[in-house]
Amino acid sequence: MEKPKISVHKFSSCDGCQVQILSLEEELLQLADRVDIAFFAEATSRMNPGPYDVSFVEGSVSTPHEIERIQHVRDISKVVVSIGACGQSGGLQALRNWGDLTYYLNDFYTEPEHIDALPQSTAFHDHIDVDWEVPGCPPDQGQLKYVINSLLSGAKPNLPSEAVCLQCKRDGNVCVLVSQEQPCMGPITRTGCGALCPHQERDCYGCFGPQGGGNIDALGRRFNGAGLTPTDVVSRLRLIYSWAEPFREASRRWEQGAQGAPLPPQPHKHGGMRS
Amino acid sequence: MDTAFMPKEGLDDLIRQLADSGYRVFGPTVRAGAVVFDRVDSAAQLPVGLASVQEPGRYRLEESGNRRFFDFVNGHESLKRFTFASQEKLWSFSADGTFQSGLSESPRTAVIGARACDIAGMKVQDRTFLKGKHSPHTDPYYADRRRNLFVVAVNCTVCVSTCFCASQNAGPMAEDGFDISLTELEDGFVVETGSAAGEAIAAKLDLIPPKGARERAEESIKACAQAQVRYIDNDGIYELLFNNLEHPRWDDVAERCLSCANCVMVCPTCFCHREVEVPSMDGTGSDHVRQWDACFTLEHGSTHGRHLRPEVRQRYRQWLTHKVGAWWEQFETSGCVGCGRCITWCPTGIDLTEEIAAIRDQPGEKAS
Ligand code: SF4
Ligand code: SF4
Ligand code: SF4
Ligand code: SF4
Ligand code: SF4
Repeated sequence: MEKPKISVHKFSSCDGCQVQILSLEEELLQLADRVDIAFFAEATSRMNPGPYDVSFVEGSVSTPHEIERIQHVRDISKVVVSIGACGQSGGLQALRNWGDLTYYLNDFYTEPEHIDALPQSTAFHDHIDVDWEVPGCPPDQGQLKYVINSLLSGAKPNLPSEAVCLQCKRDGNVCVLVSQEQPCMGPITRTGCGALCPHQERDCYGCFGPQGGGNIDALGRRFNGAGLTPTDVVSRLRLIYSWAEPFREASRRWEQGAQGAPLPPQPHKHGGMRS
Repeated sequence: MDTAFMPKEGLDDLIRQLADSGYRVFGPTVRAGAVVFDRVDSAAQLPVGLASVQEPGRYRLEESGNRRFFDFVNGHESLKRFTFASQEKLWSFSADGTFQSGLSESPRTAVIGARACDIAGMKVQDRTFLKGKHSPHTDPYYADRRRNLFVVAVNCTVCVSTCFCASQNAGPMAEDGFDISLTELEDGFVVETGSAAGEAIAAKLDLIPPKGARERAEESIKACAQAQVRYIDNDGIYELLFNNLEHPRWDDVAERCLSCANCVMVCPTCFCHREVEVPSMDGTGSDHVRQWDACFTLEHGSTHGRHLRPEVRQRYRQWLTHKVGAWWEQFETSGCVGCGRCITWCPTGIDLTEEIAAIRDQPGEKAS
């Protein structure tokens, strides 16, 4: 049987996601036995033009040329897997979406006429149908391996959309929000990182993007209760996944002011409590 | 063995005797501003002189003003993780057809400092995982760890504001389900045994007759029960909740609930789990892995690509109606032992006793 043809394509990004694949090292060699790595500019000089069975795409779409490229990758790939925060949301560089591109061009570049940028940095799914999205900045190697191996085995990968808190608790961490009032984003952030930050006794800053069913406004109110202002809440939301719809819309709401009373409420006597 | 007394220094000896008898010994220790169960080899590692202050959504350790070991009451971990692993490999499968069970004799483990509510929680989980009236099968992974667990219970003489075991008939005194139980007094511990294994360890300790200590211990435990401020009125609670599935209170709580599942993770009785197939890198096989799940995840309520509980309101309702309602039907007991963990460790401080009382207060209201 012919080996499946795999390709990896870079768009606007820091390359960190590809590095996550490259640093699989030994395991990458095992993978190389099973597949034909037809195109992976960071790793090999082979430039097989396709078609491919599976294409991994990394980075965000931020130039007109990248729109054409991603459409081409889609056309010549059976399966497209977007890896990383940029591909899923526009990434850190989507912070520019909150401002004015002409301002950045004229104020930061000596020869802005050489720059051909779209006004916004966007996700692949805004331009093509993406089969699977692996979240994270950078994505987790365990999840990458799981997705790759599942696809090669003909199984549908299933990356849970649950909150970071579940893994945080499975690992037995103490909650830094409850015990130390750190503004942890874990309750509204998607799992996958292995609760890295809480393991270091630090608050999660949301680098895997929004969880599937979270309540961002309630966490904002909890942050208010911990002393953060609505502006602080906006900054917590506008970081790596600022352009993912749930964070984007919530940050707009919080720009208008607090979305309700701080949480938790002051302890009070209530039903269910003896006087 | 009759009730006996162990001077304070005896705690070190107990830890040593357990270790010498081949147990991995876990006890309460401080990490990141809270008490967790970790490996211990001396009593000096215990949170001596510390008390926890617990409120909805808040946990702090403070000086207790005395030299007692167990006034911290509890942390977020119950006995659950010692019996129902948060994640484990159940089996592996190779492409050549070989099947390998992940089951191996688990290490003998002793846990010092389990509370009555923790033991009650474990007994509730037994109904899920051990064959009996409520379950047609035994889960061998759970059963194995359960069999190899040595429980040193500590009866509570102080509680925190979130404790309500008395209302759930689950504490603060452990009646059974332990190997050794301790009640801490100023000068030492009242010791009782609850199993042959417990007897064997106790026989190696320097114990003396309790004199009046037993009565003093009982008094303090009783005072602890009386000091509890929260409660659940369990009378007709199944009907109350299931007749009020459209109560506006569910919308109210959904405004505060993050759907983060911390309540489920810390609850000693929640048993939901998912199983995942993790293929190996060389493509020759896969591991079948089980991990804790919760009714707050979208995946928990998904089938055929559809989310059955897309709204937070529906997920909180699932948790509460199962926990304190449907559990009665399923297991003939409440799923709540009153440990208060879901109240303390809920980041937004949602208090199930308050949610239930709010519905009881104005039953029959329909959401508009
Ligand atoms: S530390 Fe953060 S991720 Fe962990 S349980 Fe608390 S809120 Fe969730
Ligand atoms: S529902 Fe809450 S109080 Fe009751 S046993 Fe579970 S964690 Fe403890
Ligand atoms: S309350 Fe939810 S997580 Fe707990 S056992 Fe019931 S369905 Fe499962
Ligand atoms: S709920 Fe009861 S048994 Fe559990 S820690 Fe509190 S007082 Fe002790
Ligand atoms: S009740 Fe609290 S702990 Fe449970 S899911 Fe909601 S916010 Fe999280």
